[in-house]
Amino acid sequence: MGKLDLNRREMPKQPSHIRRRNFNEVALGYTPELAIAEAQRCLQCKKPFCIDGCPVEIDIPGFIKCIADGDFTGSIRILKDKNCLPAICGRVCPQEEQCEELCILNKKKAPVAIGRLERFAAFWETTQDKIEMPKIAPSTGKKVAIVGSGPAGITVAGDLIKLGHEVTMYEALHEPGGVLVYGIPEFRLPKAVVRRELNYLQKLGVKLVTNFVVGKTKSVDQLLEKFDVVFIGTGAGLPWFMEIPGENLNGAYSANEYLTRMNLMKGFQFPHSSTPIKKHKNIAVIGGGNVAMDCARTALRLGADNSYIIYRRSEKELPARLEEYENAVEEGVIFHFLTLPIHLIGNENGWLKEIECLRMKLGELDSSGRRKPIPIEGSEFVMPMDAYVVAIGNSPNPIIPETTSGLEIGRRGNIVTDENGKTSKDRVWAGGDIVTGAATVILAMGAGRKAALSMHYYLSK
Amino acid sequence: MFKVIEKEMIVPNLYLLTVQAPDIAEQIQAGQFVILRSHDDAERIPLSVADWNREEGTLTMIFMVVGDSTSKIAGLNVEDFVPTVVGPLGKPTEIKKIGTVICIGGCYGIGSIFPVIRTLHEKGNKVITILEARSNFLLYWEDKLKSYSEKVIIITRDGSSGQKGHIKRLSKILQEKAIKPDQIFVNGCTFLLSKTSRELSHYKVPIIVSLNPIMIDGTGMCGVCRVTVDGSTKFACVDGPDFDGRVVDWEELLQRRKQYLNEEVVLVHHSGCGR
Repeated sequence: MGKLDLNRREMPKQPSHIRRRNFNEVALGYTPELAIAEAQRCLQCKKPFCIDGCPVEIDIPGFIKCIADGDFTGSIRILKDKNCLPAICGRVCPQEEQCEELCILNKKKAPVAIGRLERFAAFWETTQDKIEMPKIAPSTGKKVAIVGSGPAGITVAGDLIKLGHEVTMYEALHEPGGVLVYGIPEFRLPKAVVRRELNYLQKLGVKLVTNFVVGKTKSVDQLLEKFDVVFIGTGAGLPWFMEIPGENLNGAYSANEYLTRMNLMKGFQFPHSSTPIKKHKNIAVIGGGNVAMDCARTALRLGADNSYIIYRRSEKELPARLEEYENAVEEGVIFHFLTLPIHLIGNENGWLKEIECLRMKLGELDSSGRRKPIPIEGSEFVMPMDAYVVAIGNSPNPIIPETTSGLEIGRRGNIVTDENGKTSKDRVWAGGDIVTGAATVILAMGAGRKAALSMHYYLSK
Repeated sequence: MFKVIEKEMIVPNLYLLTVQAPDIAEQIQAGQFVILRSHDDAERIPLSVADWNREEGTLTMIFMVVGDSTSKIAGLNVEDFVPTVVGPLGKPTEIKKIGTVICIGGCYGIGSIFPVIRTLHEKGNKVITILEARSNFLLYWEDKLKSYSEKVIIITRDGSSGQKGHIKRLSKILQEKAIKPDQIFVNGCTFLLSKTSRELSHYKVPIIVSLNPIMIDGTGMCGVCRVTVDGSTKFACVDGPDFDGRVVDWEELLQRRKQYLNEEVVLVHHSGCGR
């Protein structure tokens, strides 16, 4: 074996001073030459650990070998065998704590850039005239309803349609895709990419019904009259607020509202599109996850003078992906670590004017294994601010739990399932954020994969 | 896509729109609403549902043209298709047999309170309907409302029909007629809802108002419709739209409704001549 190549190939990006004012995708993707060079770094381990880190168990060395050999068709075939959304996962999966963390080259701090290679293969496919279609099993005559067209639902749809079942997917909004469409911004995940993946599912035969709120337009019980099985993947759709005084002032938003105005409703095109989004001067985003980064970076692109992230712990505990944090810093987002907002102050017309905050210090480890933030007495200070966005998470949307009979609901309003996604209700499965609380796209897909298998087993009995 | 069956300006600036939406028509109950988009890239607009026909699968909404999006809806024609009608959203109005009930409607609320009146009547309540308008040419559906009401009282600002005055006079009118309500329902603009809640609070009975804040998804996801009720924050789309008007923070709601006034002006300019 030759010398280890520890030169992890960088992926070209838009320069930060340009991208901070446009909505185009930040990362530009590998060229074929870069992709082949990166793929050739893979050691093709006999016992690959990387696969253990993948919630949907992609044959990672297999697809990378194909890229290294210049067989891009082969690589996309292997990817799509396990993952119907490679273009999306290549962009938004936290590979650094999954496959790439377990890559043997990570011992030398230079894991193979699995995510970038996945993204490359998916992009390469879109440049081809003909997209290879998978084999579809003969029709079983069984009918499957999927509630919610986000990552979990899409995975179940992709898996079950290939196995010969008839699949109908319901979406409450006017565009399918769930959080991929309303939540994740264009500059991180172009909507054209999501649309392409959904078109692919429709080509496979999945029926898509938009503008349909299961639990309102029809209940799960009513769906069960028409369908053999139902999968619920309605996500974590109820935003949390800080519950501090002044949060209902004008200029205060949930991250969901801010991002939905921007992404689903195309607020950045206002007035060409009709849903407005405000252009704020000074905006504070509360929270430290990917959603907080998305909001703060969106604000810059809308022309904010100052976009702040206020996070109660330190840089070390930041839950966002390192890549997203770095992108935010490069673009000029200002971070206030160890800071907690305690009071929003408005003007006489009910508009936000200032935010009062408190400095924190880190104490003992808490139940999450992180050091607990403790307020520093007398450290109150005030920042002038005309917008405030809360990005501290969501609880499961209550519409289905409230309107479905015999469904066991957990303490946090989540649907309770066994390890295969089976709920307490006959013929009903669930997966993704509605079960776990807000998590990642790939974990929702992993849950969808397990549920699909279990549903298929049930339908084949 | 959802087909427009009927569109009519019923009084100046108020429009009636009937669309084909059989799934919703089958489920809808009094007090619920839908979200409608007139075109691709249009705003999602919540509209109270004023009537429906389960057999024919249709819904009827009455709305006022207040800005760009509502004027686009008003510009739809029969046989047009709209990309979104979704619902029924919100909780149905809680209706039980309780006795004498006052139902107050103004503006589009004259239409949207109709299903509440009909259900109250069907449950055996004595319904006193009160319609409020600036002038008689702004009244509509009186006959339709009469057929489910014990009595219909009209108040106009200029006295062109019924009693002269505005909602401030309501208390006095009720006293004169010796009407003692066991419950009150109000539909209409936020101003009417807040005024009525104040003027009639001395009856010490629930004053159920149907709120109409800004919404986007209408399913609890965005939280823009939040409103303070009895000191705690509620989402009008999933917890409402009905609340007891006596404990709603009206000042906050009125301010929140004004968030995008400037943008409305931008849109009017943008859609002007030469576009």
